[in-house]
Amino acid sequence: MNFNQKITSLHLDVLKEIGNIGAAHAATALSDLLSKKIDMQVPKVEMVTFDHMMELAGGSETVVVGVFLRIEGDVEGSMFFILPIEQANRFIQRLIHDETFDFYKAPVSELALSAMQEMGNILSGSYLSALSDFTKLKIYPTVPGLSVDMFGAIISTGLIELSQVSDHVIVINTSIFEEDIAISEAVHGHFFLLPDPDSFATIFKVLGVS
Amino acid sequence: MFTSDTIVKVGIAQMDVVKAPNTIRTSGLGSCVGVVIYDETKQIAGLIHVMLPDSSLGKVDATNVAKFADTGIKALLDLLKAEGVQTFKLKAKIAGGAQMFQFTSDKSSMRIGPRNVEAVKNELNKYKIPLIAEDTGGNSGRTIEFSPVTNKLNIRTVNRGVSEI
Repeated sequence: MNFNQKITSLHLDVLKEIGNIGAAHAATALSDLLSKKIDMQVPKVEMVTFDHMMELAGGSETVVVGVFLRIEGDVEGSMFFILPIEQANRFIQRLIHDETFDFYKAPVSELALSAMQEMGNILSGSYLSALSDFTKLKIYPTVPGLSVDMFGAIISTGLIELSQVSDHVIVINTSIFEEDIAISEAVHGHFFLLPDPDSFATIFKVLGVS
Repeated sequence: MFTSDTIVKVGIAQMDVVKAPNTIRTSGLGSCVGVVIYDETKQIAGLIHVMLPDSSLGKVDATNVAKFADTGIKALLDLLKAEGVQTFKLKAKIAGGAQMFQFTSDKSSMRIGPRNVEAVKNELNKYKIPLIAEDTGGNSGRTIEFSPVTNKLNIRTVNRGVSEI
């Protein structure tokens, strides 16, 4: 894959900024939604193997709540909002005012699934519209899909497109967490943005680093 | 080489071979398909974690053969043959090929699970390897582990519990 060699530290900074702007807007939206302080970490941009990708949210077998959508338009790619079950439980409990709600207890109520899907919709929408404003690129997200399952099974859906051209993936990873939870207990949610290889040139060009 | 039973782990788009009493496992299969090819008499099993149906989908030359059903199954057979198995004795079990997200999109990559299953079956057929059992499709992730002692494939899912085929 020739873009692998062409990525410089300037390019990485640009991708980090994309993660920063997108996730900052999404975190603000989440904070508004829950009336809770949400903090975020400096985004990480990494080029990793598919196998390493599986470790970015605690291992391929870790059960998570995953919201996935495809991005179409001037740039294409996959976007994931991944929450550990504990974190998703707290958020949904707050959203539907039910302290007993638990994603581990099947069957999960329609209301909770619908709330989770809507949360994913709002957050990924604010991430991507911020990105669109910043780059002036046309970005059309598909309706998000929701899955409560193993992280590996969920994230591999986004690797299929990439795997046709490369054995590596460039991932823009921004984690968010509740500010008033002790660090030891804080579980992090993740936004993963996986641009399709052809889209990197477009992103770099509009941001003047081609 | 091993003093106690070891679980050999196979990552996404990777493959490996194991001898009894050790077991072989791959985790977090979504649309990917886990293919176990084994020799009961020699108690040897190979496992491959296939991502894509056909290497013609690969748009670059230098690539990982284990990623595709066609090149991967051939490569796994070569690994097994190097261990001294005879092709006519081999049997297979497969699991995976789910569709994790329901989309209305008609983009072909969104229904890669069923295509992977179909491609794997075609390849097994090509080498006359009988498919003894399968647990494919649906919308659940799977973790699978095969024991060349019992020849059972253990399948764990989040929503449907554990089963054996």
